[in-house]
Amino acid sequence: MLLSRDQLLNMYRKMVEARRFEEKVVELFYAAKIPGFLHSAIGQEAIAAGIGAALEPQDRITIHHRGHGHCIAKGLDMKKMMAELFAKKTGYCGGKGGSMHLADFDSGMLGANGIVGGSIPHAVGVALADKMRGTGAVTVCCFGDGASNQGAFHEALNLASIWKVPVVFFCENNLYGMTVPQSYHQAIRNISDRAVGYGMPGVTIDGNDVLEVYVTVRRALDRARKGDGPTLIEAKTYRHRGHWEGDPDATEELYRPREEIEMWKARDPVVTFERELKERGYISEEEVKAIDEEARRKIEEAIAFAEDSPEPDISEALTDIYTD
Amino acid sequence: MRTISMLEAINEALHQEMERDETVFVFGEDVARQGGDFGATRGLWKRFGDKRVKDTPLSEAAIAGIANGAAMAGLRPVAEIMFGDFMTECYDQIVNHAAKARYMYAGQFKMPLVIRTAVGAGMRAGPQHSQSIESWFVNVPGLFIVAPSTPYDAKGLLISSIRDDNPVLFLEHKMLYNFKGEVPEEPYTIPIGKGEIKRPGKDVSVIAYMKTVHQALEAAAILDNEGISAEVVDLRTIIPYDRQIILDSVSKTKRAVVVHEAPKTGGFGAEISSFIHEQMFYDLEAPVVRVAALDCPVPFNPRLEDYVVPSTADIVKAVKSLF
Repeated sequence: MLLSRDQLLNMYRKMVEARRFEEKVVELFYAAKIPGFLHSAIGQEAIAAGIGAALEPQDRITIHHRGHGHCIAKGLDMKKMMAELFAKKTGYCGGKGGSMHLADFDSGMLGANGIVGGSIPHAVGVALADKMRGTGAVTVCCFGDGASNQGAFHEALNLASIWKVPVVFFCENNLYGMTVPQSYHQAIRNISDRAVGYGMPGVTIDGNDVLEVYVTVRRALDRARKGDGPTLIEAKTYRHRGHWEGDPDATEELYRPREEIEMWKARDPVVTFERELKERGYISEEEVKAIDEEARRKIEEAIAFAEDSPEPDISEALTDIYTD
Repeated sequence: MRTISMLEAINEALHQEMERDETVFVFGEDVARQGGDFGATRGLWKRFGDKRVKDTPLSEAAIAGIANGAAMAGLRPVAEIMFGDFMTECYDQIVNHAAKARYMYAGQFKMPLVIRTAVGAGMRAGPQHSQSIESWFVNVPGLFIVAPSTPYDAKGLLISSIRDDNPVLFLEHKMLYNFKGEVPEEPYTIPIGKGEIKRPGKDVSVIAYMKTVHQALEAAAILDNEGISAEVVDLRTIIPYDRQIILDSVSKTKRAVVVHEAPKTGGFGAEISSFIHEQMFYDLEAPVVRVAALDCPVPFNPRLEDYVVPSTADIVKAVKSLF
């Protein structure tokens, strides 16, 4: 699978944008600009960027509650994302969804979801519709290790496999289901082992290696597109911050050993990829700086847009409950 | 006009809608080869094939979740959940997703899905195959809940439900499946949210839905002999319920009895009763009375089962208490 320099730099750019976006929203959250709950994905950018690069324009993606990076990688507008986080009218969901419900149907981003595992059967339903209509689109369904214990996960994977639905199941195993270590919430080490039970291929990869993510997803997409059915990909990764902003583990060691956090920070996917690109001569220090500055500029624009945007009108509390 | 059963009316509606619109597809447990546990989907698999009529594993969460996804993507899924009691298995997909998706994603897509399910007591099916489930869903804005009492209403309302762009729970009372009535052969619709006066009267409004409509009609015939003229209001749709038909009827009769087969506490009758009291308390000749099941699971023993669900005699008694 050959990748052009442009493709590589695009992946890197998305990773940088995702990282800067996430750093900034954390700051804005503590400045009380963003209400509600915030789940930072710092440390998991290789997954978002790798999947985003592998998808064809007609392909679709469903995500979880930690998916700002996926939205950026799928090509969503950071202005409308930021406005949604600010609960403004100009956001993707008119300020009625927030971080946990970001969606842009036209871009194929079918929605973040606040119910762990809740979107797994949706992905199968959407992909079933694509199969019935012969659109050739494939849906990538992202969820975490915690979701792999939900009944909906088992039911949906079993059904997708029977019906050979064009879907790719992508489990982002960040080793903790909220605060509970994986070994306490499941007796298996590799979640991809579960694929055997549904009669589909399962593979475990390094979720901090954007190229491995890209290549694996690409293969699974090809397989699904050919009509051979779903694949379960498990990508091991790590979130640098707490489960949510406000997680007490951030200030007091409750469930994650500090050495473990440091070990994973040393494997930072953005830094690792940047080093690799430099070592291979694909990118110069000036270009790295330019990409970083460009990302920061776009995010500042997004913040200004969100700040200047109006609140939804009070009457909008009662719109879109039903289709008229 | 020809007379067919409610089951046949439902089956005919499914055939006609699948014929008319190729985005309609049917899936659920045992719906293809067997044609549904009660026979509602009989013949569809032979006519439309595997692609549009699918047997699923016993996976209600996936059934409802896939209906959500397929609806988001523009198809019109009609899913069957064999018994209403099994709705607990897919409650999250209905409450947190089907009902909220359009709202939380700001109307980016429609949710044209139907979930059909068999509800109600009377088959000696025991506590986990007999209950009435509407109250689990009436407090969830975003859903429509349809509850027909006759073959005519079942066909017209099912066609409307399939054509509607909102998620619809379509409740079918098991004891009405073999109930026969006149049904036109051609497709037709009945608006969701419109009740119907099944028997006009002037002294008391008996407001009911599904099986209790027939008990209310029996009660009205008995009361007629005793000089009380009862008007039977069939809501037909539980959410959104027809407020106007209630106001019109009760402003005429000044008395109301609400009947349902679900347990009384927290049942939908409480909503109707409150609505009437809020709207026309000072016009009433007597407080609104509810006739409902006792607050217990539905027992297996036939004598006990008949005892806990409302009877025609209970309705007669309740009406008389208002005079």
